[in-house]
Amino acid sequence: MVDARGYSCPVPVIMVQKAAKNNNELTVMVDNRCAVDNVTRFAENNGFSVTVTPEGDDFRLELKKD
Amino acid sequence: MSREKEVKLTKLAKCAGCGAKVGAGVLAQLLEGIRVHHDPNLLVGFDRSDDASVYKISDELALVQTVDFFPPIADDPYTFGAIAATNALSDVYAMGGEPKLALNIMAVPESMDKETVHQILRGGYDKVYEAGALITGGHSILDDEPKYGLAVTGFVHPDRVLTNAGAKDGDVLLFTKPVGIGVLTSAMKVDLVDEETKAFANRMMTTLNKSARDAMVKYEVHACTDVTGFGMLGHLLEMAQGSDVEIHLDVSGVDFIPAALEFAKMGVLPAGMYRNRAFAEAYVDCGKADTAVQDLLFDPQTAGGLAIAVAPADAPALLDELKTCVPSAQRIGTVRAYGGGKRIFLE
Repeated sequence: MVDARGYSCPVPVIMVQKAAKNNNELTVMVDNRCAVDNVTRFAENNGFSVTVTPEGDDFRLELKKD
Repeated sequence: MSREKEVKLTKLAKCAGCGAKVGAGVLAQLLEGIRVHHDPNLLVGFDRSDDASVYKISDELALVQTVDFFPPIADDPYTFGAIAATNALSDVYAMGGEPKLALNIMAVPESMDKETVHQILRGGYDKVYEAGALITGGHSILDDEPKYGLAVTGFVHPDRVLTNAGAKDGDVLLFTKPVGIGVLTSAMKVDLVDEETKAFANRMMTTLNKSARDAMVKYEVHACTDVTGFGMLGHLLEMAQGSDVEIHLDVSGVDFIPAALEFAKMGVLPAGMYRNRAFAEAYVDCGKADTAVQDLLFDPQTAGGLAIAVAPADAPALLDELKTCVPSAQRIGTVRAYGGGKRIFLE
């Protein structure tokens, strides 16, 4: 689980990139649209499928390597 | 300055450089309903989405006015000042004019040490003098987030004003700086960029568009704009709409910064890129262009180059001349009569 809430871009995607090195599944929490989009870009380019679910003002991203 | 006192200026900024610009769509909403007053001598006003306003004083002289400021985009205060000035002066060059007078606009945190503020101002002064203009004053306020820029006044012959609204069917589109600066500055904020690439980015952002302007005014140029906060495609869309034409962009002709392409693939993209994409995407046929390439074309550029629509007969000569005096002379596309569909085609 990566909690990147409270961080502005591009910090969240860097946190995810580090955490994704040794994980095939990852849950990410972010609180802004730019972070959602950036993490999605990263996921798509690195073989992860990604689902985004809004949770109040935050977003939950589930990354999964097939 | 001692190491202990050294501040990382970009850490104080919420957005980087031109990425801090209010989106084009939001801007239109903010201005909606505000009464626009007309004057026969106002050649270019805010009812058109151009780079600067132009006011005719006599048959030989028109005034060009513009303002630009933003939060720190470089950690070194002198470099930040020079970048902000390069960016502010650029709008005058994009109109085909020459800057003459400038006023500082500054916001500083109360806690910022005097030497840092001094260095920001010195960077601005040096760049303005390089442009052949003068800083004659300014205004400063206290603010938690530092900001710096300039209001610039210049001159142009009223018959030789270059707007973004004059591009013609058949024109060749040229560009003068590499693309991807916004992504690089975004990556700099998280220390991903090596010193060499950082120095390259700073060099690009502190290169005046003066040489490009001085070259293009000798040729039959129909339209020009500087590529800044709205990104290449945002500004080209303004040109296509303003000129009522469509633009065919030859993606292979664009000088993308290789490191920026890599960062784009990693998802290191500024919020401004997504804002620009949301605003302009509906008018762009992205064809088979890679997502990373598209992202760089929507990437907000700080102190970006000039996009020049030149008559086809003059294009080779202007391109040759630009090769001798700008960071990266590129032939990036052609202008065609509007077909009624999308405004920009990536090919």
